[in-house]
Amino acid sequence: MTDVLRIENLHVSVADKPILRGVDLELHRGEVHALMGPNGSGKSTLGFAIMGHPGYEVTEGAIWLNDVNLLELEPHERARLGLFMAFQRPVAIPGVRMADFLRLAASNMRNPDRQEGEELIPMRQFRKELLEKMKQLRMDVEFARRYVNDGFSGGEMKRAEILQMAILKPKFAILDETDSGLDVDAVRLASQSIAEIGRKEMGLLIITHHDKLLEHNPPDRVHVMLGGRIVETGGPELAQELHQKGYDRIRAEHPEAAEAERAMRAETAQAP
Amino acid sequence: MSGTTTATTWDAQAFEQFLGSLQEPDWLLQKRRQCFEQFQQMAWPGRDEEEWRRTDIRTFHLERFALPGTAPAAEVAAQPLLTQGVEVAGRVSTVDGRVVEQQLDSQAADAGVLFGPLGPLAAQHPEAVQPHLGQVVNLSYDRFAALHGAFWSPGTLLYVPRGVRVEQAFHVFNTLRQPGASDFGHLLVVLEAEAEATLLLEMAGGESGGLHCGAIEVLVGPGASLRLVSLQNWSQRVWHFAHHRAVVQQQGRIQWTIGALGARLAKVNQHVALSGRGAEAQVNGVMFTEGRQHLSYHTMQHHQVPECTSDLLYKGALQDHSRIVWRGMIRVDPGAIKTNGYQRNDNLMLSDHARADSIPGLEIEADDVVCTHGSTTGHVDQEQIFYAQTRGLSRGEASRVIVTGFFQQVFDRIPIPSVAEALGAAIRRRVRYYA
Repeated sequence: MTDVLRIENLHVSVADKPILRGVDLELHRGEVHALMGPNGSGKSTLGFAIMGHPGYEVTEGAIWLNDVNLLELEPHERARLGLFMAFQRPVAIPGVRMADFLRLAASNMRNPDRQEGEELIPMRQFRKELLEKMKQLRMDVEFARRYVNDGFSGGEMKRAEILQMAILKPKFAILDETDSGLDVDAVRLASQSIAEIGRKEMGLLIITHHDKLLEHNPPDRVHVMLGGRIVETGGPELAQELHQKGYDRIRAEHPEAAEAERAMRAETAQAP
Repeated sequence: MSGTTTATTWDAQAFEQFLGSLQEPDWLLQKRRQCFEQFQQMAWPGRDEEEWRRTDIRTFHLERFALPGTAPAAEVAAQPLLTQGVEVAGRVSTVDGRVVEQQLDSQAADAGVLFGPLGPLAAQHPEAVQPHLGQVVNLSYDRFAALHGAFWSPGTLLYVPRGVRVEQAFHVFNTLRQPGASDFGHLLVVLEAEAEATLLLEMAGGESGGLHCGAIEVLVGPGASLRLVSLQNWSQRVWHFAHHRAVVQQQGRIQWTIGALGARLAKVNQHVALSGRGAEAQVNGVMFTEGRQHLSYHTMQHHQVPECTSDLLYKGALQDHSRIVWRGMIRVDPGAIKTNGYQRNDNLMLSDHARADSIPGLEIEADDVVCTHGSTTGHVDQEQIFYAQTRGLSRGEASRVIVTGFFQQVFDRIPIPSVAEALGAAIRRRVRYYA
């Protein structure tokens, strides 16, 4: 009966170049999955494809949220069904205050049939909620008045993403390297924050290089992506192994994927 | 184009007939006659002139429009945007160059404020009008200025005596209604020393085609402070030609916001002269164009004496095949040391077919000045749209949020919340979506 996000044999191309080459993954609400793998193996591509970025073309396979075919939906429709991604590089929207942006977003999430121009969450109620969440995440109240990601430091951006997740309360969240660019303390804070805002209410797909983010969010499953495929799945010990020893064993045991990885890298290097 | 079937003759006979319909003092009629003579002698500006190089008026035909105030009387049909939920100190509304409504708060009247139709007030209070009318704007600047000087109607005067501070805004609402009608609105604002006032001028209507040939003259006296908003919100079938000029005296201050949303073609000169030490001008522009609109705005920040400050920010967003020309000049006269001048123009292109020309300029003839300018042109970023979509905003909603955000920097400078809100809402209504 729990909600489930199911990815079946997913093939994704970017600018006609195949990046994902048959990904299968099943994530239940309440679970934490880690997605690890070397740079350029296709981890972020999976996130963008799930959210429906127009530049990521699904050439084969399917993505289901329960019995809803997500590939038929626009990104905002997917979001309103309860999907969220914390961006590795959040986008600045100058002139739009965090508080106003989030109020609009939250109104849409909580009333998925809302049409533009229809009622928003009452200002007072939303303000109270926002301030509480910001306090919980140890964020300065001034944050709410700043423009979305505009002039934010790397750490501020990541915290703002977590704040958005806390307010929007998705069913499933993809955290795309939410730990990158943060120092050890900031990663710990982010990690705790994710745990605090109700990890158990969500299905989390944590894309990460570190095991720090997983410290407070121990994964039920760890997936290793290489050359556009998930080549191994295991328990928390797999994350530890990769963190300590790197990907040499993985590459050796999956020569076909390792070859694909090399080919993708060569192409990226040649790209203008 | 205009819907009129009979051509209007703008000749000496028509002019005399027009003068006959006015009840104005001789000195005023004399000024009009001088302007008419110049109008007759001048040619329409051509594309060989720098100011008109990018603005083509070959399809403009004056004879297709009626003289102001001659269309059949009509009621105001348009809705004002700027005064929703706002109490005003006075109101003048006009249709097709005719005053149809006027009102002035009794408290302001008792304090000596004059606000209403310019012609009658010029007759009753020549001392308030005569020294300024036609003295701030150069009515022989070009043929449109001369035409305006001869035929201006309706005229509106706001005169605030020394030391009088009026909290609530005055509202002037010039509208067009009949096909081929014209509005030759002339706004004269005089603030005596230490006076304070807010004036909202709004132009709307003209769905059946029309002509605006107008002028705004502003004198801000020593230590006085004026907040002026002029919103050009005509239909896209109106030709809009205007000369605006403000003179700010010692320690005076003007905060002038221009909204330019309407008109088929607009050519506007907005000049501010800082004529007394310590004078300050803040100039804000909010422009949005769509369809085949062509808006050409020429600004001047003229520093005539030392220690004045001017700060200009114009922002435009362009949709469809529209075009915006902004040409800005900071002029610093010899001796105007310790000038602080800034101008900035940002454009947001919402279509690959739109075009923005941004031409900043500096003419500095004094030492020890700080004058800078900047200009940017950008597009709505696909990644911004996607990011907002992942937060549940539809593509259209995301577009409107992003475009409104682009203007926020100007809205933040507008001290009247209702004005910023009205401009924001008017722009949001126009923004379609971007793939």
